[in-house]
Amino acid sequence: MNLWNDPLKVAADWLEGIFTGWGMDAVLAHVLVAFLGVLLLITVLMVLDIFLVWIERKVVARFQDRIGPNRLGPFGLIQPFADIIKLIIKEDTTPDGADKVVYNLAPILSMMSVLIVWAVVPLAPVILGVDLNVGVLFLIAAGAIGTLSIIMAGWSSNNKFALIGGFRQVAMMVAFEIPMLTMLLIPTIFAGSMNMNDIIQAQGKVWFFLISPLGALIFLIAAIAELGRAPFDLAEGESELVAGFNIEYSGMKFGMFYAGELLHAMTFGGIWGILFFGGYRFFGLEQVSPFLAIPIFLIKALIGYWIIMWVKYTMMRIRIDQMLAFNWMFLTPLSFVLLMVTALMNALLAESPPWVYGISMFLSNVVLAWIALEIARRVGRRQREKVERSKQFAEAHH
Amino acid sequence: MNEWLYVALFMLVGLVIPVGAIGAGFIFGPKKPNPVKQSTYECGIEPVGDVWVQFKAQYYIFALVFLVFDVETVFLFPWAVRLGHLGLYAVVEGIIFITILIVGLIYTWRKGMLEWT
Repeated sequence: MNLWNDPLKVAADWLEGIFTGWGMDAVLAHVLVAFLGVLLLITVLMVLDIFLVWIERKVVARFQDRIGPNRLGPFGLIQPFADIIKLIIKEDTTPDGADKVVYNLAPILSMMSVLIVWAVVPLAPVILGVDLNVGVLFLIAAGAIGTLSIIMAGWSSNNKFALIGGFRQVAMMVAFEIPMLTMLLIPTIFAGSMNMNDIIQAQGKVWFFLISPLGALIFLIAAIAELGRAPFDLAEGESELVAGFNIEYSGMKFGMFYAGELLHAMTFGGIWGILFFGGYRFFGLEQVSPFLAIPIFLIKALIGYWIIMWVKYTMMRIRIDQMLAFNWMFLTPLSFVLLMVTALMNALLAESPPWVYGISMFLSNVVLAWIALEIARRVGRRQREKVERSKQFAEAHH
Repeated sequence: MNEWLYVALFMLVGLVIPVGAIGAGFIFGPKKPNPVKQSTYECGIEPVGDVWVQFKAQYYIFALVFLVFDVETVFLFPWAVRLGHLGLYAVVEGIIFITILIVGLIYTWRKGMLEWT
């Protein structure tokens, strides 16, 4: 155990030694060192959040065939700092009639729900906040606080548009939590544990997206809806409902919602990487040192974030009723059937060699996806023909 | 050390940092309230009618359906964790459990409760 292999423990022991040398109680020193570690991680996350604003603006610009911010600093890197300063010096209005406590608490809870997810995310085999044995369940619980903060914002703003926007957003987020939860069960079945570190260690032979591609895809779709990003961004739909639950927020409170959403997107990129793409694993490179594992994980999180951004800037927004119909009538049944098929094949193929297991799981996913798409296509064709027939009927009787 | 203590520390710091950021906004921002600025936004006109409007009953139905499936998924978590050790019997049991709830979803669907209008 030296600085190269286990930097966090070495630093923690050294600091604890200093604190107890000053005469502090051993337990208190331990808690203080933990507190400093938490502070370090959250500060790094907030700085990363600022650079995510820059990445977002540059990437959307490139997708739209323009350059994006390039005036402030080299390649526009100082731009997000200017944005933060602008948001801080804006006036902090509170609409009259708004419920002051709930109104002020909503952006704080929204940001907090994203930050505490990083407590269970393993950045390296030995660097993680908390080794919870219910890590996957903790993700859902933290996400639920975010959903709560949106309805708080919508309800307390004393504004009809905020209220309706908040309702719609929460109806959508809550609906898409079901496929997300079900798809979280699939890496749990493969790894036999809810602990995030165990799920990463179980991906030693093969990454989980190779044996459950449909699971990874459904998780991605549900996560994008959970984030409230396009094509599911009806609350942010600038042309509908003005700004949704965000209407009455100005200055840094709006900044907390906006930056929180970007950090949430990056967090889900990281979670997708952990659950299906091996987390910090990369063909044994992570055993060399945590200093290599952290960049591997960050690269995977950024690639996941890139895919989420790619979907956002390519696809059109869909309506709330189309979205909810898609969830309750297609994604939820499909995700439960996938879970049943995965569990059944996991039990039937328990004794077979790994490559038989892998290939049959992959094939079962592909077959299920094909069947689901065929059913959707047939239903769509039937509905289209019904509409065509009723149109012809109306025209013939004019 | 109890690991949930670290989670509590995370929640505490996670609460303090946004409070600090918003507090910085509160300190550095101008404070000049006037009645027109504070009035709520309604596309440029005076707000008409009561704010807390009647909402669609459909939201309530979706929340109920979500509740049922959320509780079901919470029950499925321990099942999924121990699936590797329990053999085919537990798998079939889990499949029956999920099927009963899928039948509930199909019932809701056929009754038209999942339509938006």
